[in-house]
Amino acid sequence: MAAAGAGRLRRAASALLLRAPRLPARELSAPARLCHKKVVDHYENPRNVGSLDKTSKNVGTGLVGAPACGDVMKLQIQVDEKGKIVDARFKTFGCGSANASSSLATEWVKGKTVEEALTIKNTDIAKELCLPPVKLHCSMLAEDAIKAALADYKLKQEPKTGEA
Amino acid sequence: MLLRTAWRRVATAAPAAPGPRAKPPIRGLRLRGIDLTPQSAVASDAAIALEAESVLRPLYMDVQATTPLDPRVLDAMLPYLVNYYGNPHSRTHAYGWESEAAMECARQQVASLIGADPREIIFTSGATESNNIAIKELEAAIQPDTSLVSVMTVNNEIGVKQPIKEIGQICSSRKVYFHTDAAQAVGKIPLDVNDMKIDLMSISGHKIYGPKGVGAIYIRRRPRVRVEALQSGGGQERGMRSGTVPTPLVVGLGAACEVAQQEMEYDHKRISKLAERLIQKIMKSLPDVVMNGDPEHHYPGCINLSFAYVEGESLLMALKDVALSSGSACTSASLEPSYVLRAIGTDEDLAHSSIRFGIGRFTTEEEVDYTVEKCIHHVKRLREMSPLWEMVQDGIDLKSIKWTQH
Repeated sequence: MAAAGAGRLRRAASALLLRAPRLPARELSAPARLCHKKVVDHYENPRNVGSLDKTSKNVGTGLVGAPACGDVMKLQIQVDEKGKIVDARFKTFGCGSANASSSLATEWVKGKTVEEALTIKNTDIAKELCLPPVKLHCSMLAEDAIKAALADYKLKQEPKTGEA
Repeated sequence: MLLRTAWRRVATAAPAAPGPRAKPPIRGLRLRGIDLTPQSAVASDAAIALEAESVLRPLYMDVQATTPLDPRVLDAMLPYLVNYYGNPHSRTHAYGWESEAAMECARQQVASLIGADPREIIFTSGATESNNIAIKELEAAIQPDTSLVSVMTVNNEIGVKQPIKEIGQICSSRKVYFHTDAAQAVGKIPLDVNDMKIDLMSISGHKIYGPKGVGAIYIRRRPRVRVEALQSGGGQERGMRSGTVPTPLVVGLGAACEVAQQEMEYDHKRISKLAERLIQKIMKSLPDVVMNGDPEHHYPGCINLSFAYVEGESLLMALKDVALSSGSACTSASLEPSYVLRAIGTDEDLAHSSIRFGIGRFTTEEEVDYTVEKCIHHVKRLREMSPLWEMVQDGIDLKSIKWTQH
């Protein structure tokens, strides 16, 4: 019994002495670490990177942001005849949080109808990824990208004069 | 054996561990995370040692931010940390006398590195304090039209060397004080305060493989430059900087300066070769890479590259095994991109794409090669994910696009 106690004490002491000073990321509390892992996961294994045919009538393309701001997102959605988003792709020029926000956005729009996709809010994206205040603009840009893609799709669906 | 196997299953991504007893933590090329779940089954020292060993740290390529202590500097400091602990201003006993002797020896070492007289060196807590003292001198100026020119010797972001000798000539002919912040330059390029007509110079300890928390200010005696003290107190350091001089730290600074003087030529040659290697390899394998800063008047150990169409922070995140720094807005607390890059006229989007590589005394060729290989791989990967790269490949001129600002 005493030996076990002494062992635990020695282990704790050794751990304090031997453990290398951790990089700041590891000082996060458990839920924050989970969120940080989510951002890293989206960044290292991004879902839906790529492009759809932007000339197709069923594809809506949203391009938001500006290179001078360090943040550009291109989000494309493919919508079927019933108005449901069946595929989504993104490409982003931006920080890890921007990449994660746009990757998450493409995951969320898939399977939603065009109306449902409009309800996705930047606050939801930020909450899911636990974005700190300084990174909230990344989630806002992702929401803008979704809306821009939907607007582009709607525009394509409108009958135009002079088109066959 | 069973315990070790159980622990190994719990720890994340741990390959076959090496021997039982701890070798000192290796500066490894791979970073593996510690799994922080409580290891209730484990009670042996061997397992703890294994756990410590499996945390490898990133390569260090950020020498402009700070440098590791040179082992020779630590050797010089250690006796003054444990044994010769006297206050150098104590005049009445051997402890004080030996500390004072060490302090004066360090002062001589710093002075000889920059061609100054030891009486012209005042120890401070760092280059920031030295800068403040130097600038405050402006308020203590005697003549009403006296002004001060203050220029960095080597820029910490892009490594550009300023023409200090020419500036010194101009200032001395116009009878204007000349201050230079030489934190990144001391011990790396030859400096002579008399040759370059420098009146005030700031020196930082931790930029030249010395300890943190110490620096020095050089204040010319002939002709005398008057400065006003920032902190008042017991009148130490000729009244210009009151406060007990920290003997171990200044001994470290002195030793760092002496080592730098010995190693300057060799370091410069070696670092130039490594820098050349890094730049050539990257430029050969990747298109659209811009080196920021004048290539001719440049300190080789500070390389600032902009990788077009790839954002700086995302590249830093990709190169997580290497400690680097970026001029992008996302990496700064203020969300403003680097003011230095903006000042030299770099396009804003390239400022967001900049990465600073620091090559120092202890950087190895292997580390450079690893960094280059990873950098090329990740830039290519991130460009595949970049809408800007896609547009450029399609022949679109990015400057013609009307971007949505927000």
